[in-house]
Amino acid sequence: MSTLHTVNKSPFDRRALESCLRLATKGSAVLLFEDGVYGAMKGTEKSAIVEKALGDVSIYVLGADMKARGVDTSKLIDGIKVVDYKGFVDLTVENDKVNAWL
Amino acid sequence: MSIEVNGKVFETDEEGYLANLSEWEPEVAEAMAKEDGTDLTDAHWEVINFLREYYDEYQIAPAVRVLTKAIGKKLGKEKGNSKYLYELFPYGPGKQACKYAGLPKPTGCV
Amino acid sequence: MSDIKKFMYINTKAPYGTIYAWESLEVVLIGAAFEQEVSMAFIGDGVYQIAKGQDTSDLGVKNFSPTYSALGDYDVNKIYVEKESLEARGLTLDDLLGLKYEDEDDDWAEKDSIRVVSSTELAEILEQQEVVFSF
Repeated sequence: MSTLHTVNKSPFDRRALESCLRLATKGSAVLLFEDGVYGAMKGTEKSAIVEKALGDVSIYVLGADMKARGVDTSKLIDGIKVVDYKGFVDLTVENDKVNAWL
Repeated sequence: MSIEVNGKVFETDEEGYLANLSEWEPEVAEAMAKEDGTDLTDAHWEVINFLREYYDEYQIAPAVRVLTKAIGKKLGKEKGNSKYLYELFPYGPGKQACKYAGLPKPTGCV
Repeated sequence: MSDIKKFMYINTKAPYGTIYAWESLEVVLIGAAFEQEVSMAFIGDGVYQIAKGQDTSDLGVKNFSPTYSALGDYDVNKIYVEKESLEARGLTLDDLLGLKYEDEDDDWAEKDSIRVVSSTELAEILEQQEVVFSF
């Protein structure tokens, strides 16, 4: 059973991203959107946790939410993939279930 | 509420401000002014155009104090005072001019 | 004139995810009409509010980041950003909007409104305020 995990809260505001990355099993997909996109940036206090998780899970970030917040692609942690709304839908279809972290 | 200009209907809020500012055209300003019994002169248009530019840059309609100061800087001291602006827009330069310009009621207008 | 109080608005939340950032900005602009001594602080995720390069066109919500540039017109020209909050997020002053104001007492010279301060300095500044609002 493959799972898509979604995180829409800032990693500095809540523990959602950390809980998600700790509990997501190998091969899962993680999508960061809304304020969750801040978790995809390199050079932050939370970057190391995300970089470490990239070995086990695929991490995606929603482009429209990055753009709204002034987060440029050049600021993303290497290995994170940018998706559009269609890509978001594809991820939900490709996976058997969705776990939306709050 | 709505206002009809040349057979075209524009939706407004309960105070007569245009609901969708992207729909604005100069004829709407003229029709709104007519309802208030005002004919728009070049002097009115100077202020209306200034407000539209201000909104375009900052995404807000300026408070009267800010408008007065900014008009003075851009169009000259003799225009940057409440007397001049109130003569043009007797219902209040903020409220009335913003309405004609298709902007929402000024932020900070109490 | 003797009734002028020191007002401080502390901003702690990222924009767009919640309504706090925009609500705070509106309150600041409305409050500025009362000619008080107003300053703002951006701490925690609040620093993201004044990040440059915001473009919400794909979201269909209003991009209110240009409005921060109007604060100078409203005589709100003391904008404090906590250094530790920037650093935790991998940001520097260069990542923020170039907010300016014109100094009336210095022949309208254009000056920077943003001051990056340490937690210790910010604590000191907060201590001097008479009214504090947190968003």
